[in-house]
Amino acid sequence: MKYSAEEMMTVVAARELRDGEIVFVGIGLPNLACNLARATHAPALVLIYESGAVGAVPERLPVSIGDPSLVTGSLMTTGMADIFQLFLQGGRIEVGFLGGAQIDKYGNINTTVVGDYAKPKVRLPGSGGAAEIATHAKRTIIISRLSTRAFPEAVDFITSPGNRGKGKSRKEWGMPGAGPVKVITDRGVLCASDVDGEMELAALYPGVVTEDVTSRVGWRLRVRESLESIAPPTAEELRLLRDVLDPGKLYLKGS
Amino acid sequence: MASGASGTSKVVSMRDAIARFVHDGDTVVIEGFTHLICFAAGHEIIRQKRRDLVLCRLTPDIIYDQMIAAGCARRLVFSWAGNPGVGSLHAFRRAVEAGNPPLEIEEYSHFGMVARFAAGAAHLPFWPLRDYNGTDIPASNPRILQVTCPFTGEKLAAVPALNPDVTIVHAQRADAEGNAQIWGLLGVQKEAAFASKHVIVVVEELVETSIVRADPNRTLIPGMIVDAVVVEPWGAHPSYSQGHYDRDNEFYLAWENVSRDEKSLRRYLDEFVHGVEDRAGYLAKHPGLTERLAARAMMCEGVNYGY
Repeated sequence: MKYSAEEMMTVVAARELRDGEIVFVGIGLPNLACNLARATHAPALVLIYESGAVGAVPERLPVSIGDPSLVTGSLMTTGMADIFQLFLQGGRIEVGFLGGAQIDKYGNINTTVVGDYAKPKVRLPGSGGAAEIATHAKRTIIISRLSTRAFPEAVDFITSPGNRGKGKSRKEWGMPGAGPVKVITDRGVLCASDVDGEMELAALYPGVVTEDVTSRVGWRLRVRESLESIAPPTAEELRLLRDVLDPGKLYLKGS
Repeated sequence: MASGASGTSKVVSMRDAIARFVHDGDTVVIEGFTHLICFAAGHEIIRQKRRDLVLCRLTPDIIYDQMIAAGCARRLVFSWAGNPGVGSLHAFRRAVEAGNPPLEIEEYSHFGMVARFAAGAAHLPFWPLRDYNGTDIPASNPRILQVTCPFTGEKLAAVPALNPDVTIVHAQRADAEGNAQIWGLLGVQKEAAFASKHVIVVVEELVETSIVRADPNRTLIPGMIVDAVVVEPWGAHPSYSQGHYDRDNEFYLAWENVSRDEKSLRRYLDEFVHGVEDRAGYLAKHPGLTERLAARAMMCEGVNYGY
């Protein structure tokens, strides 16, 4: 069965979530991935949205992370001070998803500006809660399509901290969470090195060769000796994505 | 500061509330995270041609994009400036990328903004956060500083208190004194209102105080801090009011094309903001809107407050 890059990324992201985990859900594909996981192997996944919905069970795909369907039937609805202080800074979030316009080899993310901050070529939305998620979630997973523009050796602006930035490692900075452990791309998966936190090619999607990934990264990407190959989406995963979760192709525009 | 005198009606028109409590140069907050964003107040501020405002909000959203395009803003204080689930805020981008119109920016993360309101509400000079290490955020904003914990020696980020001149909160219901009840997503409205010198509450429904007293846990903003109450049904559209009407996602999607072009944005403001007198006039220009977005009823059972 044919499938799109977005569908594959969403499925791979969903499989990263373990049943019962507490996940901080971001906008876009992560939103879809979390709801796919909940509909398949992780029915007890606890979805927390920065808007204040805890244990959300949205009956429709939320366009925004403040959709009213996140409130109806949730376990708790609270203010943002609670979400950021008690849940996130309080260490209750196990996994957070992040994306961005630029990602570097340590998983530092730029969602602020392309170019100079004072005179940007492109002004992006900024941090939102991402800088906090990147600091405090026990682990984070980054989702982004590969391109040399999106994966430069150094980002123009570090909005959300990765495994090493501004001359120090996360540990030296005293950050509570483990940082970005994986980058899920449209061709394979990068994993952070246990030694220095640099992202390394660790897994390929069906029909993809190493050079397809390394040629789309703006630095000399380390390639692990043995590369995992990742199974394509199952018919059931595709059915759920296309017919149940995103029938209006809100997030899966390319499919 | 508002008086809490019992039995005093604070109900006024939107026009009077804005004329009285929003002045040129003021620091203005219209809060609400996706939910309960008071577009009706933003539109009235545009109609009354306020200038040099310092606009603060976590997510400027379409309402501040419109106010920036209309020339109301001198400075934007924020943490995420996009069109949620859609993409860019184009008036904001034109201002920052091309200086059209000129706009100062002061940027935090969401928790940084929440913390600024919390400090302001508690009359503390700053609020500490364990954030921003290893990022470029503090270097981009001279108001994010570092403090050393006197107990542990840990270095923490500090953000300054934010005390707006006026905060505007949209609520599902309130009584005439401004005891306002909100359910669903609560955002940062409570902290913003308590931090503010003046508070305007805009409601879908004006109710008797007995309704408020029957369910006091639902009250987010007490009347004692409220200066004016405006009754403006559908005043949050295209944002939403849980239990009243859904978010108009079609509007948010369509805004991409409306706002991408400066002239079409101006035409929008001419027709739907300057071209109407108030929210009733705005609604009259959207036939079928209330039928399309009206919420279905999903009632909770209520709780026993007895003793």
